[in-house]
Amino acid sequence: MIMEATDSSARKMTPTTRTEEAEKTTNVGTKERMASAGGGAWLVSRGLRRGGLSGAAMAGFGGMLLGRGLSGHCPIYEKLDIDTNGQNPPAPTEFYERGIHVSKAYTITKPASELFSFWRNFENLPKFMTHLEEVIVLDDKRSHWKARAPAGTTVEWDAEIIHEEPDTVISWRSLKDADVHSSGSVRFTEIPEVGTEVRVILNYLPPLGKLGALVARLFGEEPAQQIQEDLRHFKQLMETGEIPTNEGPRGDCSERFSQERFSQGGAR
Amino acid sequence: MKALVWCGKHKVNVETVPDPEIINARDAIIRVTTTCICGSDLHLYDGFMPTMKPGDILGHEFMGIVEELGSEVHNLKRGDRVIVPFTIACGNCFFCTRQLWSCCDNSNPNAWMAEKMMGHSPSGLFGYSHLTGGYAGGQAEFVRVPFADVGPFKIPDDLTDEQAVFLTDIFPTGYMAAENCNIHSGDTVAVWGCGPVGQFSIRSAMLLGARQVVAIDDVPERLQMARDGGAITIDMSEETVYERLMDLTGGRGPDSCIDAVGAEAHGMTLDAALDRLKTTLFLSTDRAHALRQAIYCCRKGGTLSVPGVYIGFPDKIPFGAIMNKGLTVKTGQTHVMKYLQPLVERIQKKEIDPRFVITHQLPLDQAPYAYEIFQKKQDGCVKVVLKP
Repeated sequence: MIMEATDSSARKMTPTTRTEEAEKTTNVGTKERMASAGGGAWLVSRGLRRGGLSGAAMAGFGGMLLGRGLSGHCPIYEKLDIDTNGQNPPAPTEFYERGIHVSKAYTITKPASELFSFWRNFENLPKFMTHLEEVIVLDDKRSHWKARAPAGTTVEWDAEIIHEEPDTVISWRSLKDADVHSSGSVRFTEIPEVGTEVRVILNYLPPLGKLGALVARLFGEEPAQQIQEDLRHFKQLMETGEIPTNEGPRGDCSERFSQERFSQGGAR
Repeated sequence: MKALVWCGKHKVNVETVPDPEIINARDAIIRVTTTCICGSDLHLYDGFMPTMKPGDILGHEFMGIVEELGSEVHNLKRGDRVIVPFTIACGNCFFCTRQLWSCCDNSNPNAWMAEKMMGHSPSGLFGYSHLTGGYAGGQAEFVRVPFADVGPFKIPDDLTDEQAVFLTDIFPTGYMAAENCNIHSGDTVAVWGCGPVGQFSIRSAMLLGARQVVAIDDVPERLQMARDGGAITIDMSEETVYERLMDLTGGRGPDSCIDAVGAEAHGMTLDAALDRLKTTLFLSTDRAHALRQAIYCCRKGGTLSVPGVYIGFPDKIPFGAIMNKGLTVKTGQTHVMKYLQPLVERIQKKEIDPRFVITHQLPLDQAPYAYEIFQKKQDGCVKVVLKP
């Protein structure tokens, strides 16, 4: 509690001059403005059609989103000192303050060199990461990523490798103009007689901030769980050469139960 | 193809469903020649096992002929006659390479479900709920077998289907339960439950050199089968189990106790009645009467071996007795692959003929009837073999 209080009072005391405030009128990024305006308009129309107190609340909230989308200025972001209209990739502090952080580890019974070289070819990643549609390697450092996002949408970004040690670690971050800003690393540590511990750390800034993360969760997208499943698929693929599936025939239970037929003196 | 489909508690149905297909390179399609109903299938039939979905194909004890192979299966060929272990194992992971096949890390596509409930996931199993993989089972004409280069085991021509099919589950399961008892000559082994796994536990304990094996149940024909296998029997409906066991062991208690009953124990005592009430009201997942009694009766420093299937969170396990008496607890789904070669040899040497347990042979079409008589223990039913 004390920490939080100190934190917010510190924010309030951040000195903002008039010129800075004028520059800050646009503090929402382009893609987010489009999403905000679209979502806001939809909420307004639904709210008006619905009527009543809840309809009014919906329309009101929609109006706020619509206004923020059209103007590019978000008063809440201003209060929280957030700017998603920046041209440069977000600073590490931004990941720290409003990012989603996931760290997961698995031990795989293969040498680090084999796992590293499979992962280092990023075009292999969609083989085990369910949400990745495609990765195109652009050059030695840069790659283009396309992923499925909640509600049937897709997001795309370019990423660059910022640090690499052969058979040990790869880390990367998204470049400017990313739909979703992210950074991450994968580290391979050999444990004698057991295998290689693979640890993935991923940080990303959810679109529409924490609110977006909450909405994604409503769509059943839990980032920690997702990374864990992806990493499990990586382990399965590396250890067994395939990802197991239970796909197969099922009944439909539509036929009449034969039980009665046989319970009356069926053959012994 | 025809398959036995689970549609709800006490509702199973033989339906026409699509044929399975090869999906992964290490898959095989097996044409089933013989399949059985396992005592643990009754936990599904009775609606005790969570994560069952209407439409699931049951069955995890099956054998047959290799019909089709994925491109990465090199140790089998079309036409081979194989039994298929009920546990699915990759052969590559930490656990498989340590012979802990039923703990395979890679074969359960729904591992996350099991991890939520138990912390870690066991291997995938055929036809045994979505928690253990959601794989279509073997009470069917055809089955897709994943990691077919690891599980399926070729059966010598001199063994019939009926002699070989129990290698899929109940024979290795009973054998592992006895092996877990670390039997020395002079030992007394007590076995709770004279169903199929109990019967194989009894005979395996005899094979492994126990001085006496005591079998506990209340179904007359099952007790008779246990006596035929060399056991001394206790009819729990007529005798006090603890008193009789102490008497048979000169007051010391059995050196090892095997619980071959599992989650749906029946009993005559107050705790068993309370379990029944709580599971009926969905306040508990298991009825653990047999387990409690086995812990209570086991001698100090003895071994408790549990092949019986438990599902979740059985009530009132006397852990104080386990601790203070210094018991060793051994359990687990069966590491089937580890036991196949030695057990085939024992059958070939005529040390045991697994057919003793069969009481009914029926066509697959009559599987719903077979479930009913097995569940109700009618018509002397101990083990049903089905022919697709």
